[in-house]
Amino acid sequence: MNDASAVRRRRLRTGLSYGVLVAIAVVFLFPFVIAVVTSFKTEPDATANPLTLIPSPFTTEAYSQLFKDQDFLLWVKNSVFVTLSVTFLRVFLDSLAGYALARLRFRGRAAVFTTIVAVMAVPGVVLLIPKFLMIRQLGIYDTYQGMIIPLISTAAGIFIMKNFFESIPVSVEESARIDGASLFRIYWSIVLPMAWPALITLFILSFQGSWNELAHFIISAQSTSLNTLTKGVAQLASGQLGSGNRYPLKLAASVLMTIPVAILFFIFQRRIMNASAGAVKE
Amino acid sequence: MLKRFARRRDPGIRGHQAAAGWLFLAPAIVLLGLFLVLPIAMALWVSFSDWNGNGSPRHAHFVGLENYRHLLTQPGLDQSNFGTSLRNNFYYVLLVVPIQTAVALFLAVLVNRGIKAVGSFRTAYYFPSVTSSVAITILFLFLFSPTGVINELLSYFGVTGPSWLYDPRGLFHVILAQFGVDQPPASLANGMFLGVSYWDWLSGPSIAMCVFIVMAVFTTSGTFMLLFLAALQSIDDSVNEAAALDGATEWRKFRYITVPMIRPMIFTVVTLGLIGTWQIFDQIYVGTKGSPSNTTLTPAFLSFNTSFNGSEWGVGAAIAFILFAIIVFFTIVTRLVTRNTDRVPRRRRFGPTQPLGFPDASRIASGEPGSAP
Repeated sequence: MNDASAVRRRRLRTGLSYGVLVAIAVVFLFPFVIAVVTSFKTEPDATANPLTLIPSPFTTEAYSQLFKDQDFLLWVKNSVFVTLSVTFLRVFLDSLAGYALARLRFRGRAAVFTTIVAVMAVPGVVLLIPKFLMIRQLGIYDTYQGMIIPLISTAAGIFIMKNFFESIPVSVEESARIDGASLFRIYWSIVLPMAWPALITLFILSFQGSWNELAHFIISAQSTSLNTLTKGVAQLASGQLGSGNRYPLKLAASVLMTIPVAILFFIFQRRIMNASAGAVKE
Repeated sequence: MLKRFARRRDPGIRGHQAAAGWLFLAPAIVLLGLFLVLPIAMALWVSFSDWNGNGSPRHAHFVGLENYRHLLTQPGLDQSNFGTSLRNNFYYVLLVVPIQTAVALFLAVLVNRGIKAVGSFRTAYYFPSVTSSVAITILFLFLFSPTGVINELLSYFGVTGPSWLYDPRGLFHVILAQFGVDQPPASLANGMFLGVSYWDWLSGPSIAMCVFIVMAVFTTSGTFMLLFLAALQSIDDSVNEAAALDGATEWRKFRYITVPMIRPMIFTVVTLGLIGTWQIFDQIYVGTKGSPSNTTLTPAFLSFNTSFNGSEWGVGAAIAFILFAIIVFFTIVTRLVTRNTDRVPRRRRFGPTQPLGFPDASRIASGEPGSAP
C-alpha cells in the first residue's frame, strides 16, 4: 500500500521534473528556431507573422542577398583567417609559456606567474582605448597584424596550460632528459602529444573567443575590406540599409555566423562544458 | 607543489634551464607587455592629457585632473552623459546579477538529478552561452521589435506590449505612474548628482534596458549553471541522504544543506557577474548605441564613443579608468564579504575553494556569449 503510493509519488515527481526541464529547454532554444525560420521568410511575412513556424512563402532570398549585395563572403574569409591565425599561435605560445612556468626552474618564475595572474584581472573593456593607442603607435592599425597579434597571448591561456602540465607526471620527460634531448625537443615531441586534451580545450576556447570577438576588431581596423563577420554583421544590424527592417537578412547572417561555433560545440560539448566549469576551480 | 625537476648536482643544467625558460616565455610575455601593460600606462597618460587623436599622444599637453573633473565635478554634457551611463549600468547590474545567479542555481539543481537524458538539457541550456553577442543581439532586436515575437505572444493574452527598445521610460517611473505619481516632487526634481536629477536617478532601468537585462540572463545563465553544477557535484551524497532520513523536505535540504555548502561558488558567481555586467559593450554597440534618450548608454560604450567618435580621448580614457576603479571596488567588496562569512565554518566547506582567478571572467559574465580566454 504505502510502497505503491511512494512509487507513484516518485513517478509523479520525475514526470514533473521532465516537464520543467522541457519547458525551460523550449525557452532557451525557441529563439534560435525563430531565427532560422525567419531567415527563410519574406520581410512582410516576418513583420506580420513573427511567430509562425512555417514561412509562407518560403524563400532563400535573404541568403542570396547576403552573398550578392553584401560582402558576406569577404567577412567569412577574414573571420576564418584571423580566427585560425590567432588560435594556432595562441595554442603554441601559451603552451610554451605554460610549460616553462610549470616545469623549468629559473629565477623570476614566481614573479612572472604572479604578474600573469594579476594581468588576468584587468577588465577587457577598459583596454579598448589603450590597445588602440598601442596598435597605432606600432604602425599596425588597420592591418591583419593589428587584428591578430594583440589577441594572441592571453594570461588565461597560459594559466590553463600551466595547470595542465603540472597535472601530468614528469617521469617521461626525465628519461628523455637523461637521453640528452634538448628542452625544446622534449616540449615538442614528448610533452605536447601528452597535453592533447588541454591543447584541444584551449583550441576550442580560443576559436570560439576569436570567432565571436567584436570590440577588438572595431578598434584595430577601419577598412571595410578588413571586416570580420562580427563587425560586418554588426554594421548590417545598425546601418540603415535601404528600406524596411530587413530582419530576414540580418537573421540569415546571424544564423550563418553561428554555424561554425555550433558545430564545434556539438562535437566537443562535453569537453567545452567541463572546461568552462573546470577553469574556475583552479 | 611542483616536483623538483633538475637536481642540484649540475649547475650547468640550471643555467640551461633558465635560458630556455625565458626563451619559452619571451613571446607570450612580450605580447602581454606590449598589448596589456604598456597600453595601460599610455592610456593613463592620455587620461591626464588633452590629446585629440591627432599625432602622437606623447606630444599632447598635460592637463592634470581636468578630464576627471569634467566627469565628476563640472556640470556639463560630459558629466550628465557620464552620470546617465552610470545610472543605466547600475540598474542593469542590480537586476542582472541576482537574477542570473538565481536562474543559474535553479538550472544547476534541476540538471543535477540522476534522471535520464539530463545531459541533453544541460547542452540546451548552455548553448546560448557559446554563440556570438552580435548574433544574439540581432535575434533579440527581432524578438523585441514592436511587431516582434514577444509582443505577438503578449497579444494572445490581451496585453499590448511596449515598443521595447524604443521606450525610454524608466521601469520604476512606469510603476509609480500606475499609482498616479507621474510628476517628481520638487525635492527630487531639483537635486542633482553627476548631472542627473535625483528623480532620474530613481527611474529604474528603461524599458529598452530591460531587453538587455533579459538578454544577459538568457546568455549567461548557462555558463554559471556549469559552475554551480561543478559545486553541487562535489557535495557528498551521504549528507543529503542523512538529511532525507531525518525527514527534511526538498526545500529545507536545499536551503540548509546545499546553499551553505556551495556558498563559495555563489560568491564566485556574484563576483564574476559584477565584473562582467559593468562591462557591457558589444550588445549596446550592435543594438542601440545608447538610444533611446541615452537610457541604454553604458560607461564602456560612452568611453568608446567619446574617444573614437567625439575625439575627446582624454575624457574617454578617464571614463575607462573610473570604470576600472568601479570594477576593482566591487571585486574587493565581494572578496571581503566572502572572507568574513567563510571564516568560521571552514571545516564544513565541502564545495570547491575560492578560485585564484578566472580566465576571462569579463566575457563570460558580461552577458556576452562566447566566453574564452
